[in-house]
Amino acid sequence: MSGDVCIVGVGIHPFGRTDGLSGLEQGVFAVRQALADAGIDWPDVQFAYGSSDSAGNPDTMVDRLGLTGVQFINVRNGCAAGGSALFSAQMAIKSGEFDIGLAVGFDKHPRGAFNALPSEYNLPDWYGDAGYMITTQFFAAKIMRYMHEHGISQTTLARVANKAFRNAVHAPHAWRREPVDMETILEAPLVSDPYTKYMFCSPAEGGVALILASEKKARELGKPLVRLKAATMRTRPPKSFEVFAPSIDIGGGTATATRIASADAFRMAGIGPEDIALAQLQDTECGAEIMHMAENGFCKDGDQEAWLAQGRTELGGALPVNTDGGCLACGEPIGASGLRQVYENVVQLRGDGGGRQVQGNPKTAYSHVYGAPGVSAVTILER
Amino acid sequence: MRVIAEGLVTEDTPPSLIGGRERESGRVVFPCPPGERYEPVALSRTGTLWSYTIQRYRPKSPPYAGPEAFRPWAVAYVELPGEVIVESRLTDVAFEDIRIGMPLELTMIPLDPEAADPVLIPAFRPTGAAA
Repeated sequence: MSGDVCIVGVGIHPFGRTDGLSGLEQGVFAVRQALADAGIDWPDVQFAYGSSDSAGNPDTMVDRLGLTGVQFINVRNGCAAGGSALFSAQMAIKSGEFDIGLAVGFDKHPRGAFNALPSEYNLPDWYGDAGYMITTQFFAAKIMRYMHEHGISQTTLARVANKAFRNAVHAPHAWRREPVDMETILEAPLVSDPYTKYMFCSPAEGGVALILASEKKARELGKPLVRLKAATMRTRPPKSFEVFAPSIDIGGGTATATRIASADAFRMAGIGPEDIALAQLQDTECGAEIMHMAENGFCKDGDQEAWLAQGRTELGGALPVNTDGGCLACGEPIGASGLRQVYENVVQLRGDGGGRQVQGNPKTAYSHVYGAPGVSAVTILER
Repeated sequence: MRVIAEGLVTEDTPPSLIGGRERESGRVVFPCPPGERYEPVALSRTGTLWSYTIQRYRPKSPPYAGPEAFRPWAVAYVELPGEVIVESRLTDVAFEDIRIGMPLELTMIPLDPEAADPVLIPAFRPTGAAA
């Protein structure tokens, strides 16, 4: 195939809680919207990759969309599921096998923290019995160490949440769209120190669909060319510090799946962090956004304290981060979360962001997911 | 002494955590994984606090097997010098007195403090704290 893989259609079912609508139905909703956006019909779709962690088999949506016999492959890859579906879809087009296809992700999780079992993570039962199978514990311990090493304050954590809810006011697909002031965030009950309840995202529901096409096909459709310059997915290197870790190597915690996924994405795209106009960074909790700013190469460890105070990651700042409020405001339906970031980037590159539109006609946008069990996926879009 | 799992601590008094040393690389992990690749080793009983948090809500059951009644507890990552950083409970210290870098030693505490014959889990406490 010559040219780039392009994203020619996007669709989203609002994130949050939608009683009476299954996760899969939210995925179907997103697919219909994306088809309409691309100006194509379901029978035009040559292949699909679908991701869902706990809301059923994505391929069964052919019941609703039409029994065209389309190739439909399900992806389950922890928190990188959506990114992996997108990666696979672009490879299918890059290979020359197909011209146009779908990446769709959806999920619907029960309320409260994720309920993981040790056996699913190759861990002994006692680890769960003793109360360690808890994602919030890990995130809190990780940022506690990071704050100690790099001089990050709890106020800076609160600034991340405050920004997320303010941005989400202008994002119709976001879940929590009321601004929350700094004092309320800081004085709310602690969930896992140093995090208060406003500083964690919640498991949620939602669906996102992206139609990908070869550049030739995209030109035929007459759509603005939003090019997927890089899509990477990586697993953890030695000395990383991941969720559900009974032990860490000495000196551990600095090497991460994110660092290698990011470096490879920049290498593929042939540009650097300084060339990115806006970024969606995994913000499972406030500290994740802070750490991921550095892990993705946008700043040095410790710079975040000044960056946040100066508003550099605000919508009007030098590098707007999580322009739709991210996971903090949208919640995290695992299978859809990474695709939501790419959806938001396409909206921004088309200039359709409304009240949350990044000014200055952005040409490049970056997305990054990270999560259990030490996986990360990055994309770079260019217009 | 009834420990939450076999192979977690040595039968010495006082006990040590049992880690696994990868035979090929020398890398130490905790707990010791099954199989021939790792050789069980008794880990240092003392170390320093590497990081921590406070568990402020009762974990979901399953898998949590602790008592229904819940009081927040501290979770620690403890650096055992030259060996590995292990995850453990932190005990015998007020939450506001916890400091990264503080010296700690291994002890065993009940998973359910109210139980008659409690299951014990490893914990670290400030060095020299009363038994």
